[in-house]
Amino acid sequence: MAATRTLVRPAPQNPRLTVPEVDIRICLGTGGVAAGSREVLKAFEEELARQDVLAVIRPREDKCEGRTVSVTGTGCQGLCAMDPLVEIHLRRNGKSSKVTYGLVTPAMVPEIIEKHILGGEVIKKWLVLTDEGPTEYNPFYDAQEKLTLRHVGIIDPEDIDDYLEAGGYQALYKVLSEMTPAEVIDEIKRSGLRGRGGAGFPTGQKWEFAAGYQSPDGVKYFICNGDEGDPGAFMDCSALEGEPHAVFEGMAIGAYAIGASVGYMYVRAEYPLALRRIKIGLEVAEERGLLGDNIMGSDFSFHIKLKEGAGAFVCGEETALMQSIEGDRGMPRLRPPFPAESGLWRRPTNINNVETLAVVPWIITNGAAAFAARGYENSKGTKVFALAGKVNRTGLAEVPMGMTLREVIFGIGGGVKKGKKFKAVQMGGPSGGCLPESLLDLPVDYETINKTGAIVGSGGMIVIDEDNCIVDTARYFLSFTQSESCGKCPPCRIGTKRMLDLLTKICEGKGTLADLDFLEKMAEQVKIGSLCALGGTAPNPVFTALKYFRDEFEEHVVDKRCRAGICTALVTYSIDPEACTGCRACVRVCPTEAITGERKEAHVIDNELCIKCGACYEKCRFDAVRRS
Amino acid sequence: MLTDAERLRIEETFALYESRSASAVDGLLIIQQSRGWVSDEALADLAQFLAVSTHSLESLASFYSMIFRHPVGRHVIMVCESVCCWIAGSAELTAYLNDRLSVGLGETTADGRFTLLPVVCLGACDRAPAMMVDGRLHGPVVAADIDSILSQYP
Repeated sequence: MAATRTLVRPAPQNPRLTVPEVDIRICLGTGGVAAGSREVLKAFEEELARQDVLAVIRPREDKCEGRTVSVTGTGCQGLCAMDPLVEIHLRRNGKSSKVTYGLVTPAMVPEIIEKHILGGEVIKKWLVLTDEGPTEYNPFYDAQEKLTLRHVGIIDPEDIDDYLEAGGYQALYKVLSEMTPAEVIDEIKRSGLRGRGGAGFPTGQKWEFAAGYQSPDGVKYFICNGDEGDPGAFMDCSALEGEPHAVFEGMAIGAYAIGASVGYMYVRAEYPLALRRIKIGLEVAEERGLLGDNIMGSDFSFHIKLKEGAGAFVCGEETALMQSIEGDRGMPRLRPPFPAESGLWRRPTNINNVETLAVVPWIITNGAAAFAARGYENSKGTKVFALAGKVNRTGLAEVPMGMTLREVIFGIGGGVKKGKKFKAVQMGGPSGGCLPESLLDLPVDYETINKTGAIVGSGGMIVIDEDNCIVDTARYFLSFTQSESCGKCPPCRIGTKRMLDLLTKICEGKGTLADLDFLEKMAEQVKIGSLCALGGTAPNPVFTALKYFRDEFEEHVVDKRCRAGICTALVTYSIDPEACTGCRACVRVCPTEAITGERKEAHVIDNELCIKCGACYEKCRFDAVRRS
Repeated sequence: MLTDAERLRIEETFALYESRSASAVDGLLIIQQSRGWVSDEALADLAQFLAVSTHSLESLASFYSMIFRHPVGRHVIMVCESVCCWIAGSAELTAYLNDRLSVGLGETTADGRFTLLPVVCLGACDRAPAMMVDGRLHGPVVAADIDSILSQYP
């Protein structure tokens, strides 16, 4: 397999001739675009022209010659809570500076150009990050170490030369020119890399299995699972949008290692921007000989085909995904045989997720030891976590594994929004579990989190605060898995439905203590009996909720009380006569005229008429409306 | 009848797979892209073209939520119902849209302008609650913004 010809080292066709004096990078990830970053980019373009500043918006088109300002649209820059983010590098008089502004609007652009770009003055009120001293956002950035997302948010994802200039495809060159497939597998094994999609299976070992099986006609497949449907996780979307070539490169390296000649990239239809950038990237990579036949002039050929999903959560499960590529309903099939032996069209097949593949080139370039030097016990390297829910700084954070949950949520994430009390963090989406405050000092590694009943999963961390009801949240997750169950096996199809019925009953105040036991028993059956991981992990939110928040369940069934005030059947509203000023604000807002009382006298709620909409509770400025 | 353009695009997908029947989902999506939805007649034509049974195509069309077996409006709104959006108030968002457009989830407005659909996750958990209109993401969306968002889609 090793190369017998002289290989062509990949290099940019259109290198930057001059380093621009001003380098503006605007986040054009999905989140940035939704926040209005395209309008911001346009405003820069127009305002620079209006102020007669020589600028080039797509640096490559005329090679930056004589131009002093470059404006680049990049992938996600990480701190999504402050999107649109604009990063400005100035290089003047032998000095260079880097400043990031957040929540940028087109209206702010003239001032940024005038004061910062032309005047060299940092505008403090919009500042997110500067290299001149710490800001309140430094904790978000400082603890991070970007291996997987190394170029995301820096390079233009639609320009292959940007990736090549940053060292892209050099790892593939190294593999093809000086490593045997066995050496590649060994390198990945020694790095300790584990699958980032959820199960955490060692990647090198997976490759070794697939390499070990022979295909009768020589065809093997290498699949990239980009069907990231795990709610709360969006790192794969960000990696595909921000640096698609890194994923292609990881796939090609893996394909070389297992002896595959055809690859599929399965990406969900809900990610139109990622799909567009993948299409652009695949085409140009083939044109440049970085993918396709005789890559870089070697004997190795590898074609990547893009397969767009059509809307089915279960297709993230590897066997369901393969069924879907084959043109069937995406329903999981029994394992064994595992895909390594008999996968797509019964050929030996390897499947890895996006994040796993994106870090592979880094490991090849920097060595297994460098990766293994980071991380924790059996969870090596870095992992991207997605912070979402009731956390202050939502976004993507790549940190060494083994950091504690508290460091991630409170250090990087900045704690709970609006100063509310932390209740739980849901790890691993609907397949994972919720962990209470008392477990926040645990390190985030696969084994430790598994022991709690939750999973690291694909790295989603959804923060839940005191305003969320844990029973209602468990009910929500069951309604999700129940509707996404493909229906093939009864434990999942019927079991999740029955669990959902029970949880709904409890939320409606009709539950009993016996129901809690029955719920637990049924969860056990669904876990054991289900065919695939969707059903097998669907009970996890219930297990962990019952384990760590049983008192809240018991309140629902015994005291008929919901402390968060979410389960409407269990909530009653009343007015504290001491606190009520008699302003009549609640009287006016009540849709059923359940509140009575004269001006400047304490009001009263008639619980017969009250529909528990909570409008009075929201409206009262004196905290006189009580919810219990 | 499939149009020549549709047939050509479907034939192009044959090269992607080991068997012609694997192009079924792509075929359905291609028809949908040109006609907005997949009618019974179009489904039968595709079945004949791919030499598969109509009921196997029907089972695919009913399995994948992005394949529409009913006519949809000029614009398709997908409201994310995933956990982050749910925590951030997607139910209120849906309720407002139901009220404003006088349609339930899965329905199309009387004037044929909008179809309202739920979606599992848009991968925009950082911008919850989120919705997507014709492939363009909006978020975080509060009820007060909805009218101005909708006005961008005549």
